Amino acid sequence: MIRDIFAKKLESQRSERPDEPRCEVELSRRSFVQLLGAGLLITVTEGVSVGRRRQSATVAARLHINKDGTITVMTGKVEEGQGSRAQLTQAAAEELRVAVDRIRLVMADTALVPDDGRTAGSRTTPSTVPAVRRAAATARELLTRLAAEQWKVDRSALDVRNGTIKHQATKQTITYAYLAKTKDVAGAFAQTIASDVTLTPVDEWEVLGTAVPRPNWRDLVTGAHRYPSDIVRPNMLYGKILRPPSYGATLESIDLSKAKAMKDVVVVRDGQFVGCAAPSSFRAAQALEAVAKTASWKTVSHPSSKDLFSHLKKNARPGGRTRPRTSGSIDKGLADASKVLEQTYEVAYIQHTPMEPRAAVAEWKDGKLTVWAGVDGPQSVQGDLAGTFRIPSERVRVIVPDMGSGFGGKHTGEAAEEAARLARAAERPVSLRWTRAEEFTWAYFRPAAVIECKGGLDANGSLIAWDFTNINAGGSAIEPPYRIANVRTRSVSSDSPLRQGAYRCLAATANNFARESFMDELAAAAGAEPLAFRLAHLENPRIRTVLEAAARHFDWPTRKKKVTADIGVGLACGTEKNSCVAACVEVGIDRKRGEIKVHHVCEAFECGPIQNPGNLLSQVQGCIIMGMGGALSEEIQFADGRILNAGFAGYRVPRFKDVPKIDVHLINNTSIPSAGGGETPIIAIAPAIANAVFAATGVRIRSMPMRGAALKQA
Amino acid sequence: MDVTISLTVNGIERAITADPERPLLDVLREELHLTGTKYGCGEGRCGACSVLMDGKRVLSCVTPVAQADKKTITTIEGLATGDSLHPVQEAFLAEGAMQCGYCTPGMILTAVALLEKNPDPTDEEIAAEMNVNLCRCNGYPKILNAVRRAAEKIQR
Ligand code: FES
Ligand code: FES
Repeated sequence: MIRDIFAKKLESQRSERPDEPRCEVELSRRSFVQLLGAGLLITVTEGVSVGRRRQSATVAARLHINKDGTITVMTGKVEEGQGSRAQLTQAAAEELRVAVDRIRLVMADTALVPDDGRTAGSRTTPSTVPAVRRAAATARELLTRLAAEQWKVDRSALDVRNGTIKHQATKQTITYAYLAKTKDVAGAFAQTIASDVTLTPVDEWEVLGTAVPRPNWRDLVTGAHRYPSDIVRPNMLYGKILRPPSYGATLESIDLSKAKAMKDVVVVRDGQFVGCAAPSSFRAAQALEAVAKTASWKTVSHPSSKDLFSHLKKNARPGGRTRPRTSGSIDKGLADASKVLEQTYEVAYIQHTPMEPRAAVAEWKDGKLTVWAGVDGPQSVQGDLAGTFRIPSERVRVIVPDMGSGFGGKHTGEAAEEAARLARAAERPVSLRWTRAEEFTWAYFRPAAVIECKGGLDANGSLIAWDFTNINAGGSAIEPPYRIANVRTRSVSSDSPLRQGAYRCLAATANNFARESFMDELAAAAGAEPLAFRLAHLENPRIRTVLEAAARHFDWPTRKKKVTADIGVGLACGTEKNSCVAACVEVGIDRKRGEIKVHHVCEAFECGPIQNPGNLLSQVQGCIIMGMGGALSEEIQFADGRILNAGFAGYRVPRFKDVPKIDVHLINNTSIPSAGGGETPIIAIAPAIANAVFAATGVRIRSMPMRGAALKQA
Repeated sequence: MDVTISLTVNGIERAITADPERPLLDVLREELHLTGTKYGCGEGRCGACSVLMDGKRVLSCVTPVAQADKKTITTIEGLATGDSLHPVQEAFLAEGAMQCGYCTPGMILTAVALLEKNPDPTDEEIAAEMNVNLCRCNGYPKILNAVRRAAEKIQR
């Protein structure tokens, strides 16, 4: 079941959902008031019902002004640490001309918010921020017009500052709060959000562009915030689910009687689904252990990670999903080349390991299901749950409390579905939190890849042919940003032994690793300096800017001269999701132990006008260190349908001791619209490390993670 | 067989009847509803479940509740004094040292215990002491800043 849903998911995530809200809010005024807090809400029109089309989204579906002057803004986006809560609050505050603390942002509650699509693909900044800004600017205009009518003056004679509308000539003022009390704001907000409303230009930003802290930060340091796994409902039980011993295993028989005899324990079997719920998770685990002992399974064979790359190659399906993209003639380019290089790169499966594993609380009442879940697409999980339980979507409410990270790993609502099954049988709310081992085994993985590259240089050492094939991981950022006359790129599907899906920056990391490593190899073959070789083929001014900035701040030419057999420097650049990144790194090599230690990372990043510099810095730092994990140590090992390193003991993620010196240079490019910045900064780090290792040792490591063992012989 | 354990949690005396093997983490979260203490791995390798037991940092996921008998426990909920936050909490806010914040309670309590025994740690000492604490948002640079800032504040 989950697998089927997931297959659909993979498709839908390739073609991102439309970004404009598809409002399907069908609520009476009464229930709205109940949900948002009695007495506060005044602007909801009776039975708000907004059609599916973008032009029909009303201001009311996005924004309310309460009698006390606080403003409630609604979005389907989730907060998982990437900073959307602050940023969307800023967006509304900027256009409404109010301080951020006047805004209350309601996120990811299907009963209240418009569908802003999944929180993925760095889409919040380019899509949802503008959507919220348009709604807020429209609201500001509507309110200003109400004031103009009241004073019988022309709208153009009025100014808005700090939630107060002022008539310059007479110095009369009126506040939003006062308007909300006295005027038919509800009637006004029933209007459609204007698509052509003027948004505040970047050089006039007062709230956007500043390091506004996340509004609920205090609750994070006091422990008051309730993450999905922290939700407690009256009379709640804790659940545990029986997992197969290996992938593809099917349950043949099981004896539930022992667990059923345990006090206060609820045991559920529905086909392959077996789970227990009890007043404590300890008790639920004991009950599950009792039934697990009696289970007999039919297992199937499954490839192992030792044979992963040959398996992917053997099962590659060229001519599948996507067509090659070509420019010029790759055959001619390779034939004309005076030197042709050919290399293969490999990227292992890795796991997101979000700090909070999948978790959900499910509660049934009068045939309606409410779940609090750690997922990044509330509306899509709502649809999945409605399908699973064969009830209309209106009877399912999904709420996503700000959750404990995701990195693209929480597209699917397995825990929500499992909790709902248990809750239905128990007739009590059930909380279910996956164990770390479950998260490591039954969540999905970042796709493994085999990437085949062929490059041709002419007699002058210029790149004239580029043939690049990614098997299994996907086509993100597969196009080279370099000027090359003859190019062919292909993303080829294969038979993935593991369930795979989105991850921070998707396949862009794999593709950029191969491309930027291969660029270094080509530079060496051409007898060129790596930075000069790139710049000679690079026209994109934005990438040139970040590359030159990183090199300058790192002092590339000097550091390059100081390379020894144990200390290397390397660089890499790239672009994805309309943002640009370049990194220079220094590594130290411990040959005896076969270890690579990153000493210093200097990264320049540009994603248009910076909306929240404090948060963007966190995102870039986080990407750099997370990228080091995939580059150096993270790798899922599996055999016989089991994950062999399903815990932090065997799966090594970056820790404090691994943190290098990090310099981040954020470039504020105000000439274009803002792009998201939480993903692309990850793609330059792995190839820069590989290139640094090569500079020191002459050993080219063509795999992620880079296994240092190769260095022992160097 | 369930046993009765008495312990003081955030200044309040409690008597808990539970299986002695039950992790302290589960008792805090499920019996006392102190959900600020987080589960991250259950194997003692992430530090999300850190609490103070008689002033020392312990990993509550691998601490059977029986070991907490007659002990004093401080969780993240018990760190502030009324409305005034502990200097380490304040430092985390001042440095913006959280992304998702799920690791934050464990980070803060580990830092509190560290600064208690070593009020002026070097960066290496901070990294060594806090190495078990994972931040999967990889917010380590700002967390380090926060611990340094708290150390300065505490010394003044
Ligand atoms: S949950 Fe205790 S160390 Fe990870
Ligand atoms: S802030 Fe998300 S795990 Fe540390």
